[in-house]
Amino acid sequence: MKQAILKLDGLTCPSCMQKIEHAVAGVAGVQDVKVLFNAAKMKAHFDAEQTDADHLANVIQGLGYTVESVNVKD
Amino acid sequence: MSINRPITKLNIWYSQNSGKTSAALAGLIVLSLLLQLARLGSTGVAIMTFAGLLGTFPIALRAWSALRMKTISIELLVTIACIGALAIGEPEEAAIVTFLFLFGNVLEARTLAKTRSAVKGLTDMAPQQADVVQADGSTWPTDIDDIDAGDRVLVRPGGQIPVDGRVVAGTGSAIEAMITGEATPVEKGVGDIVYAGAALDSGALTIETSAAGDDSTFGQIVELVENAQDAQAPVAQFIDRFAAYYTPAVLVIALVVGLVSRNVELAITMLVLGCPGALVIGAPVANVAGIGRAASRGVLFKGGKTVAALAGVDTVMLDKTGTLTTGHMTVNVVRAFGGDADMALAKLAAIEADSSHPLAHAIVAESKHRGLTLAQAPEMATIKGRGLVSADGRILAGNVALLQEHSVAVPGRVQAAIDAAQHDGNSVVLYAQAGVVQLLVAVGDQLRPDVAAGLTTLKNRGVKRIVMLTGDNRSAAEQMAAGLPIDEVRAELLPQDKLRIVQAARQHGRRIAFVGDGINDAPALATADVGIGMGGGTAVALDTADVVLVKPDFATLAIALQLAKGTTGVTTQNIVIAVGTVVLLLLGLLVGIVHMGSGMFVHEASILVVIANALRLLHK
Repeated sequence: MKQAILKLDGLTCPSCMQKIEHAVAGVAGVQDVKVLFNAAKMKAHFDAEQTDADHLANVIQGLGYTVESVNVKD
Repeated sequence: MSINRPITKLNIWYSQNSGKTSAALAGLIVLSLLLQLARLGSTGVAIMTFAGLLGTFPIALRAWSALRMKTISIELLVTIACIGALAIGEPEEAAIVTFLFLFGNVLEARTLAKTRSAVKGLTDMAPQQADVVQADGSTWPTDIDDIDAGDRVLVRPGGQIPVDGRVVAGTGSAIEAMITGEATPVEKGVGDIVYAGAALDSGALTIETSAAGDDSTFGQIVELVENAQDAQAPVAQFIDRFAAYYTPAVLVIALVVGLVSRNVELAITMLVLGCPGALVIGAPVANVAGIGRAASRGVLFKGGKTVAALAGVDTVMLDKTGTLTTGHMTVNVVRAFGGDADMALAKLAAIEADSSHPLAHAIVAESKHRGLTLAQAPEMATIKGRGLVSADGRILAGNVALLQEHSVAVPGRVQAAIDAAQHDGNSVVLYAQAGVVQLLVAVGDQLRPDVAAGLTTLKNRGVKRIVMLTGDNRSAAEQMAAGLPIDEVRAELLPQDKLRIVQAARQHGRRIAFVGDGINDAPALATADVGIGMGGGTAVALDTADVVLVKPDFATLAIALQLAKGTTGVTTQNIVIAVGTVVLLLLGLLVGIVHMGSGMFVHEASILVVIANALRLLHK
């Protein structure tokens, strides 16, 4: 399991958070997604064989949010 | 994903250009109204319809992307309302509602950023880079995320210490206010521990990294605060769950109203009026501002639940050593019996200099403080539980028992001085030479500064009872409590006794905050309604306490309580404002004075009011 930490552009509505959590949780191989609304960060553990952090970043951008940086930790 | 690419790009474009979009809408609305005034009505209406479509489009995009995630969002309510308004030939309503909604979003984003500013100030201080020492001795600037434990980094004067670690070369003075709350510079030399986020005031240090980035103490503090801001108080969690049903419910109610009354205008107005805008933002925004402000004043809350719990506390229980007191032994009394006190202290300090006993440290520190030059010390032997004795038995340094065992008489006035010092909570060291007591040194822990003022503030802010819990003997404990606003002293306790006392008080319905140093009273900290750690930002305190006082003093404790009450107060006010707004709008709708545009205006205004209300916390 790796952890992806994505820094997002400021989130304005709490429903943004639900959207992102739903969407990322729906990606195969992703476990425990957490969106920090105020810090504008998304943290998720994922199985590196099924997906990668860049794909998660694409999913979030697909919802209309800007991803400022992508960080992966083992 | 490829099908969604254009929608994605548009969504991003709109979120980055929401200011321009709402400005364009405002321009079109004004132009249309002018044209209608100039009796060019049909052109005006056409422009207004265009404006309505232009405004609805980005909102509909967001509503759609939320709907795909099975979330019924506020945007969906607004979209349906605006499409309805356009369909029934009310383009001004659609244009004005979308303008207010988009412009409101811009203002919200700006003001929300302010509520987060306190924590942003904190994260901006996080080190980004460090100069890593290479094999050839040169340094190479390296991103903080790429630094591993064991790497050596160089910090130059005026620089920021980028990692947690141990000094392996150099000396300097560091300001560690962010981590320990200590504002005055601390001297650092080889072997000393340093923390990321501290500033190097002078000197240069080479540091062997133990933790960097998110793993450093500073990184953990930032993470704790970031998580805390999202960890909502129970009332906010309730509202979150409520809103998840409320928004679809508004949709259903509007549909029913529309079908029953056959009045589309009424139904779409209800959609706009029912938007839960201020309701969903009111409580969280108070949490963000309150917890952020607390962090910038040296109080780390673990979450909204903790804030609410601290605000409701009626009893504060305190540990003594390390909490009420600094936990550092210092010399409180030096008394000579015949002869010069400083000369005798210099002799005593000389023989204590090699000892690792806390009392010895205090005595040596006192001699340094007095600028005494230490004489050559004779060889001393340690007698456990007694003190030190020279090989010939002529020089003794220790307690009364040591003196008595070596047949040194303890005269009445010496005994009186010993009793007085012990009564004040001190430990006593006696120095005897050639069978005569020459010096008494009383060593004790010191009360933290401003304990009395801090505790008095707690009382003024609604704490009914303050109880001291200590393992020390009763007379010393009572002596220390005298003159402080402490209602009860429980002395001679074991750690499990403290736990039992906290449990018993909770069973009697008291809401307890336990204040401790987080090291030996972890069970009591965990059992209390709120555990407050006074150990500074150490890993232990961060783990066991609900609230951590970075600056371990009682003024900070008073600030914590004040901010907890302030935050809880703002949360309640915001909920009243939000619910009140919806109720008033619906009443206004019933009597026919509220329309779609004015309803949206009031909504957006109420959102800004709750944010502004929360911003007040940043000045507390």
